[in-house]
Amino acid sequence: MTDTAHPSGPSGKKNTADIVAASLKRRRRKQARLQWIGLGAISIAFVMLFILVASLLSTGWHAFTQTHLTLDVYVDPEEIREEKLPRGGFDDALGASLGAILPDADMEDRKTRKAVEGILSNGAQFELRDLVEADPSLIGQTITMTVPVSDPYDQLNKGLIKRDTPEENRRVKDREIAWFDALKEQGAISKPFNWALFTNADSRFPELAGLKGALVGSFWALLTCFLVSFPLGIGAAIYLEEFAPKNKLSDFIEVNINNLAAVPSVVFGLLALAVFIGWFGLPRSAPFVGGLTLALMTMPTIIIATRAALKAVPPSIREAALGIGASKQQMIFHHVLPLAAPGILTGTIIGLAQALGETAPLLLIGMNAFITSAASSPFESATALPTQIFIWADSPERGFVSRTSAAILVLLGFLVMMNAIAIYLRQKFERKW
Amino acid sequence: MTNMQKIERDIGITDTKISARNVNVHYGATHAIKDVNVDIADKTVTAFIGPSGCGKSTFLRCMNRMNDTIDICRVTGKIELDGRDINAKSVDPVQLRAQVGMVFQKPNPFPKSIYDNIAYGPRIHGLAKSKADLDEIVEKALRRGAIWDEVKDRLDQPGTGLSGGQQQRLCIARAVATEPEVLLMDEPCSALDPIATSQVEELIDELKQNYSVVIVTHSMQQAARVSQKTAFFHLGTLVEFGDTSQIFTNPTDPRTESYITGRIG
Repeated sequence: MTDTAHPSGPSGKKNTADIVAASLKRRRRKQARLQWIGLGAISIAFVMLFILVASLLSTGWHAFTQTHLTLDVYVDPEEIREEKLPRGGFDDALGASLGAILPDADMEDRKTRKAVEGILSNGAQFELRDLVEADPSLIGQTITMTVPVSDPYDQLNKGLIKRDTPEENRRVKDREIAWFDALKEQGAISKPFNWALFTNADSRFPELAGLKGALVGSFWALLTCFLVSFPLGIGAAIYLEEFAPKNKLSDFIEVNINNLAAVPSVVFGLLALAVFIGWFGLPRSAPFVGGLTLALMTMPTIIIATRAALKAVPPSIREAALGIGASKQQMIFHHVLPLAAPGILTGTIIGLAQALGETAPLLLIGMNAFITSAASSPFESATALPTQIFIWADSPERGFVSRTSAAILVLLGFLVMMNAIAIYLRQKFERKW
Repeated sequence: MTNMQKIERDIGITDTKISARNVNVHYGATHAIKDVNVDIADKTVTAFIGPSGCGKSTFLRCMNRMNDTIDICRVTGKIELDGRDINAKSVDPVQLRAQVGMVFQKPNPFPKSIYDNIAYGPRIHGLAKSKADLDEIVEKALRRGAIWDEVKDRLDQPGTGLSGGQQQRLCIARAVATEPEVLLMDEPCSALDPIATSQVEELIDELKQNYSVVIVTHSMQQAARVSQKTAFFHLGTLVEFGDTSQIFTNPTDPRTESYITGRIG
């Protein structure tokens, strides 16, 4: 600030250094403010992401375990007769074996018997049936089984049904809590990893419901989507980028492809409903139709990504190939496409990831049906991951609350995986260049 | 003096390889080349000189129909290679470009191995009958490109990993691998340092034993060093065409003289 250090120029005008110095503080402050705003924006985004994942985890983690009961079952020849298989009183056999180890359970009383049988999952009797059917020599013997408990007891075990709630507002009554605690004391209760979440298809009973049907359905749908949209998208992009004359018509097509990418997905669902199901008569709820619908949405994304990747190939490489006497087709397939591959693959995977999470069009073609077995072909009825989430979110049973969150976590896991593959492929292929 | 006599003798025994008559090129509304007539002799180096934007590169690209790849470009007039019209419907540019090779301003090797860079042309044209055949073609081309000794131990390394001068010689080797009759070079040394430039110039001198070479250059010294014939282009017209020695020592057109002496350009 001393005048001797920065003498004013002649005619009293300050020199440039002084003028700059005076504004420096303000400039630095502006720059710092910009940086803080940017940092703040990123922080907010991260906090939101954290809240989303944390809330999903806090409700969803319960669904990754399932309370099981280990029980010695007497396969009573009175109830289960070999000649009548697969029919038989499997639920009675289970109930009787369970009632025998419970305190104060009068199995002669019909209400009590129902309540005791209600501890076990509805699936337990079918599990026993399958065992006996496979090996009828079990009749008359006592076998040890580990079966899931029904949803209310699972919720109780996980602390999601509070014991201090007044009894009349509680799904599990005091007597039932006493039974459960007795079983727990006997060491019959366990809480292993819930494999059923991945190996079972959908069910009315939360403890039996799994994502297998949805995973298989999503797989078929995405496979169909890929097989349709990838070749068509790349073909369209190559034609538009390399062969189409640049005129009004190609401009019109380009604008429309960009518009297509922005059309709401529910519109594609309506289109698919009218054309694929209504007109072509393809089966309802089939992943094949779902895949075709998703392909309609993915194709513009692939076309746009492919065109951008083709455009980014340096013209010198094209000239080099043509200069040697390569035909245009040889130039494209030998040089341009390999160089554009990372961009094309990235765009495709991101398009498919979008398709994986797409819900609305699948709802319209009926992929939100209640289907209890996994589809073995793309033409069988199935659900998909997002529609399964939709179905579960709509179900009243408490067990579905945590299962909905778990399904969302699985879907997010697949999305993260696909994006990671996209990044990996891009980096792997780019190193060659 | 003996050198000059040798050049004159060389020109004397050669025939016309490419002849261009009334060639006009339009880029959209721009008239880029105006009524150019020129005869390119066989086994000779012909240099195109002139200020930037004078149309010399455009004209060069007419001779292997590279201008076909530019939508708005329109070429009229007659260009004959060995007496055959190259713009005729019956001529496929693919066949023409196998006969008329091209080397570009910026070295543009494929992002593939050195071997594959050279082998690409012979492969797509089906010039090699066996792997051994192809190996031989690759070695011969790399020797002609004066780069064999530098790369023979690393043929499987990427061509893009070579230095600029090496890349350009690789591109020349790639162009000669298909045994063309004419080699077009569009400012092949403009992206190279002086040492690499002199290597490429020596190479051009050797190449004229087998090919008709046409080189576009910004450097008048380079034209004087490597060429026997020189064409001076100005604003899309061919101002003067003649023996290099005559163009540089005794130009007939005042514009040529102005350019040579550095008054225009």
